[in-house]
Amino acid sequence: MGAQKKGATARVSEDPEELARHPLQAILLADSFTTKFRPITLERPKVLLPLVNIPMIDYTLAWLESAGVEEVFVFCCAHSKQVIDYLESSDWPSQPNFLVTTIESHNSISAGDALRLIYERHVIHGDFVLISGDTVSNMSLTQALQEHKERRKKDANAIMTMVVKQSKPSPITQQSRLGTDELFMAINPDTKQLLCYEDKAEYSKGFISLDKTLIADNPSIVLHNDKQDCYIDICSEEVLSLFTDNFDYQHLRRHFVKGLLVDDIMGYKIFTHEIHSSYAARIDNFRSYDTISKDIIQRWTYPFVPDILCGNSAIKVERQGTYRASEVTLSRSAQIGPFTVIGQGTKIGNDTKIFHSVIGEGCTIGSNVTIEGSYIWNNVTIEDGCELRHAIVCDGVIMKSGAVLEPGVVFSFKVVVGQQFVVPAYSMVSLLQQPTQQDSDEELEYADSSSGNVELPSAKLNGDITSDLSETRHGPTSELGTGGVGYIWSIFEGGHDEEWRHSVAPITTDKLAKIMLDKDEDEELLTQDGNVLSPSGELKSDSDGNDSEDDDNEGSRDDYVSFEKEVEATFLRAVHENVKVDHAILEVNALRLSYNMASVDCAGAIFYSMMKLAVESPHSSSSELHRNAADVITTWQKLLKSFLHDIDEEIEVILKFEEICLESAKEFSPLFAQILHLLYDKDILEEDAILRWADEKEGADESDKVFVQHAEKFLQVRNELIMFIRVCIWLL
Amino acid sequence: MDFQVVVLAGGTSKNLTPLVSKEVPKPLLPVANRPVLYYVLHQLEQSNLKDLIVVVEGKDAALLVGGWISGTFVDRLHVEIAAVPEDIGSAGAIRAISHHLTAKDILVVSGDLVSDVPPGAVAANHRRHDAVVTAMLCSVPISGPSESGSSGGKDKTKKPGRYNIIGLDPGKQFLLHIATGAEIEKDTRLQKRILRAVGEMEIRSDLMDAHMYAFKRSVLQEVLDQKDTLQSLKQDVLPYLVRSQLKSEALLNRIPQAEENGNEKVSSGNNQVMVSQILANASTPSFHDLCSVSHDGSAPIRKTHKCCAYIASSSSYCVRLNSIQAFMDINRDVTGEADHLLSNTISDQNNIVGPSTKLGTKTTVGPHCMLGEGSEMGDKCQVKRSVIGRHCRIGSHVKVVNSVVMNYVTIGDGCIIQGSVICSNVQLQERVVLKDCQVGAGFVVTAGSEYKGESLARKEK
Repeated sequence: MGAQKKGATARVSEDPEELARHPLQAILLADSFTTKFRPITLERPKVLLPLVNIPMIDYTLAWLESAGVEEVFVFCCAHSKQVIDYLESSDWPSQPNFLVTTIESHNSISAGDALRLIYERHVIHGDFVLISGDTVSNMSLTQALQEHKERRKKDANAIMTMVVKQSKPSPITQQSRLGTDELFMAINPDTKQLLCYEDKAEYSKGFISLDKTLIADNPSIVLHNDKQDCYIDICSEEVLSLFTDNFDYQHLRRHFVKGLLVDDIMGYKIFTHEIHSSYAARIDNFRSYDTISKDIIQRWTYPFVPDILCGNSAIKVERQGTYRASEVTLSRSAQIGPFTVIGQGTKIGNDTKIFHSVIGEGCTIGSNVTIEGSYIWNNVTIEDGCELRHAIVCDGVIMKSGAVLEPGVVFSFKVVVGQQFVVPAYSMVSLLQQPTQQDSDEELEYADSSSGNVELPSAKLNGDITSDLSETRHGPTSELGTGGVGYIWSIFEGGHDEEWRHSVAPITTDKLAKIMLDKDEDEELLTQDGNVLSPSGELKSDSDGNDSEDDDNEGSRDDYVSFEKEVEATFLRAVHENVKVDHAILEVNALRLSYNMASVDCAGAIFYSMMKLAVESPHSSSSELHRNAADVITTWQKLLKSFLHDIDEEIEVILKFEEICLESAKEFSPLFAQILHLLYDKDILEEDAILRWADEKEGADESDKVFVQHAEKFLQVRNELIMFIRVCIWLL
Repeated sequence: MDFQVVVLAGGTSKNLTPLVSKEVPKPLLPVANRPVLYYVLHQLEQSNLKDLIVVVEGKDAALLVGGWISGTFVDRLHVEIAAVPEDIGSAGAIRAISHHLTAKDILVVSGDLVSDVPPGAVAANHRRHDAVVTAMLCSVPISGPSESGSSGGKDKTKKPGRYNIIGLDPGKQFLLHIATGAEIEKDTRLQKRILRAVGEMEIRSDLMDAHMYAFKRSVLQEVLDQKDTLQSLKQDVLPYLVRSQLKSEALLNRIPQAEENGNEKVSSGNNQVMVSQILANASTPSFHDLCSVSHDGSAPIRKTHKCCAYIASSSSYCVRLNSIQAFMDINRDVTGEADHLLSNTISDQNNIVGPSTKLGTKTTVGPHCMLGEGSEMGDKCQVKRSVIGRHCRIGSHVKVVNSVVMNYVTIGDGCIIQGSVICSNVQLQERVVLKDCQVGAGFVVTAGSEYKGESLARKEK
C-alpha cells in the first residue's frame, strides 16, 4: 500500500530520489541587508568582519562543510568585490567536495531580491540550506534534514524547516544576550508546525493574538517566548519560486514566513527543528557580536574555535580561556586576564591590563593601557595610558596617549583619537561622514550605501592613507581632540533609544529596569476590561482606543475622498465621451466594489459630480444654473437612480446636496428647493425621503450645539433651507 | 483540612425545563434514580470534606433540598443549607453567604457536577501551591448518544467542541489563560507579560473548566467585595484572577492568616504554615516568585498570586448536568461506562434491577439499564439503555430505548418511547409513541398520540 501511495504522488516521491543524486546545496547570503553594523559596513562587508580574528564567513562556511553541504552559493551584493576577492584568496576553493560559487548582484536590496535572482539562475535543485554569512553554528544537519525530507514525503506543502534553539525567557535575557527583539512563536507540540511568528514585537501591544481558526485546527498549541531563531533554514525548491511569485517578499521572516503563515490558500507549512546541545546563533548587531565572540572564546562553538579554525598560525589555549598566538611580544608586567585572545605579532607594553577582550594581529599596545571587554582588530596602535571599555576598534585605528573610550564606542577603520580625548559612550566614529539621507527603511538604506559608498572606502583601503588623512585632518579635528581624524556620527532621531540596546556595552541595571518597566506599563495601558485597571491606566487606554479609532475614521474618510474623485472622473468622462448610461453604471459599480463602498456612497458621489458639472458649466445667473442642473439631472437620472434603492440612499443624496450648498458650491443654496423639487418631479427622490430628511434636520438642530462658531451662518442658511423645504413640501 | 465547601446547587434552571419544576428543583433531578446532588456530596464525603454549605436558589427549593440531604446524609455530613435569590449569579451567591465563610480555603463546587474526580485532590493541589485559586479542568465530554444518532438531532445538543481555551505552563500546574463563553469564538488574545514570565505556554482547547474551584477565602472575599460587577465565578472571577496573576490587586498580606492561626490552636496552625513553607521551598521557585522579585534582588516589586490547575486524568468521568442532552448522557453513562460512580455507593442495594420489581413474561431489560424498586412491567416489554424510576407501572408490549423514566410513571400498553425523558407522575395512555421528547411532571399523554422532538408540560397555574 505504502509503495502504491508513493507511486500515486509521483512528484513528491521523486524529489527525495532526485536528492540522493544531487549534492546538498546551500545558499549563503553574504549581505545582511541591514545597517546595524554601520559605520563599519560602509567600508567592509559584514561577513568579512573579524569574529575572534577570523572573518565571520569562515565560521559559516566551515560549518556548512562539516554539516555535509557540498555546494555553496555565496550571494554577494554590498562590497561584492571584497567578498569575491577574499573567497578567491582563501583556502575554500581548494577544498575537495566543497564547491563555493559566488553570485554577484549590484541591485538587490533584500534577501527576497537575492533569492529571486538565484531562482533565475536555476542552480538550485532540491532541498537547500538557507543561511546568512554571519551565522555561527556547530549543529548537525543530519537529523533536521531527515525530518524535513520525511515530512515532505507525507506532505508536499511542508516546504521549510526552521532551526530554533531554547533560550531563557524574559525580555531582559533576550535583550541583553543577543540584543534582538523578543520573539513569540506558536508551535504545534506534536507536529512541530510553526503556527505564528511575531518578532517585531510592538511594545505598545501587550497582547499577542492567536487566530481562532488556529485554535480550532490544533487542540494544543504551545506558545513560546523562550526560543531563539537561529536563522538557519532548510528549504525546498518551492521556496525560491515562492519568492518569485510574490515579488513583494523582501525580508525572510517579516514577509516570507509571516506571509506563508497568513496565507491559507496555498497551505504551505513551515516546521521547526529544535536543537538542544549544539550551538547556533546569528550576529545581528554589536551586542550579539559581543555575545557570540564570548561564546566562541568559551568554546561553546567547538570545533569552530580559534585554535582549530586557524590551525597553521598556531594559536594556543592557555589557562582561563586565554588564547595567544605564537609571536606575541608581551611585557612581563602586563596582565592578560581571563577569556582574552591576542593575535599574531601584537606587542603589549608594561603594566597593561587586558580582560575579556580580543586583540587582533599586528597591534601595538603601549604601557598602562586598560582594555576591558573590547574588540581590537588588526594593526591598531594604542599609545600609553589609554583606557578602553566595551569598545569595537577596527583596523588601523590610532589612539594617542591617554585617550579614553567609554562603553559602547565603535571606531571604524583608521580613525585617530587625539591625546587625552574622552570619547563619549555609544559614539560611532568613522572617517566617512554620516550619510545625510536617512531613510526609515533599513533595507533601502543599505542599498544606498552599497551602490553609492562602496567605491570610496575600497579606494581608501587600497590607496595611500596619508593623502586621506591630510584631506580629512582639517575638518574633523575638533571632534576627536587634537590630531584626531574622523567624524562622530550623530545618533539619528529615534535611534537614540536603540543605541544601548544593540551596543557592545553591557546594559546597565537601570536600563534593564527600564525595559521591564516599559513593558509592564505598556501592558497596563492595554490590560483588557477597564475594571482591572488602575485609574491612570484606564484613562490612557481609553485615549489610545480613541486615537486608533480616529485613525480608522481618517483612513476611511481618505478612502471616501479618493473614491469620490474617481467617481467624478468617471462621470465626467462619461459626459464628455458620451458613454452609455449602462456602461457608466457598470464602471461606478466596479469602483464601488474596489473601494468597498456602499451604494449609499455611490449615490452621494454621483450626485456630487452631477452638481459639480452643473456648477462648472458656464452660467451667469441662478436661473441658468438651475437650467444647467436640470439638464444634467435629466440626462443622467438613470445613472443616479440605479444607485437609489431605498429611502436611506435618497436621504443621503439630500444630505449631500445640503453639504454642497453649504460648503463647496454656495451658488446652489438659493436653488435648493427648486432642485429638490426637480428631483422629486423626476422620481429620483420620493416624498418620504424628503420628509424624513426634514424631520431629521429639525431634531438635529438642537443637538448640533458643538458647531457654535458655525452657528450664526450655518443655522441661518440651514433654517432658510428648512424653510424652503417646508414651503416645498407644502407646495407638494 | 481547614476547608469549607460551598456547593452551588442551583434552583429551577431554565435550561432544563420541563424536567425541573417547583417540586423537583435541579439538584434533585434523578440521575440513575438518585438526585444529581448526591454524586457531588458523595465525592466530598469520600474526600473527607464534611463541612458544607449548600446554596440553593429560591426558598422553596432550599426546603426541598434540605429535606432530602438531612434524610440521606444524616450524621455523615455537616451541611448548612442557604437559600439565595434567583439570578444573582454564582459570584452573587458567594457574596450572599460570605459571612458564613470562615475557613482558610473554600472549595466551590457546582451541584450539577457528576464526576469521579476526588475533590480532595483538588484541595490538596491548591494547598500545595499556596494558590489563590485552583480550577479543576477535565477533558471535553463527548456529547450526544454514542450508540445511535437518533436523539442527537435535538437543537439542544451542543456541538461537540470547545468550552474553554486554556493556557497552561509547561508543567501543567499553573493556569495562565482562560477564555470562556463568547470569547472562545474570537481570536485569542494572550498577555505577553505572562508569556514572558513563563516562557512557554500551552494553549489547549480540549479542556473544560468543570466548575470546581478552590479559592483562598481572604482573596475571594476581597475580590467579590471590591469588584461588584463580577457576576459569575466561571466567567468573571476566575478569568479576572488569572488575568491579574502577575499584577495582583488582591492584597495577599499574610496578616489575616496569622490572626487565624493565633486564634486557633497555635501549635497546629504553625505546623501547617511550616509544612506549606517547606513544600514551597522544596520545589524550584515558580515563575511567580521569579517575577515578583526585581532583578537586582531587592524586595519584591510587585505582587503576584498563583492560579493553579488540576487536570483530571483523561480516563476520569466529569460532566455537568446543565442541559437536557447532558441529562440524557449522564443517565446513560452512569448506568453504562461510568457505573463505578454507582458501585462505590454504600447506600441501599441499587442493583441494575431494584428489589420488589415485577417483570412480566418475555420482558427483557437490557444491559446498562436500571429499574427502580417497586416498578412493575407487563409482558413482552423491552428496555434498552434506559433508566426507569421507582414504582412505575408499565403495561405490556412497551418499548423503552435510550430514555429516562422517573418515578411513579404509568405507561400504558403498546407505548414506544425513544430518546425521551418522562418525568414523575406522568401518565402515558395506550399506544403512545414518543421520540426525542421531554414530558414534564404530571402530564397526561392521551392514547394513541405520537410526538417527535417535543417538549410536553402542564401549564403553570
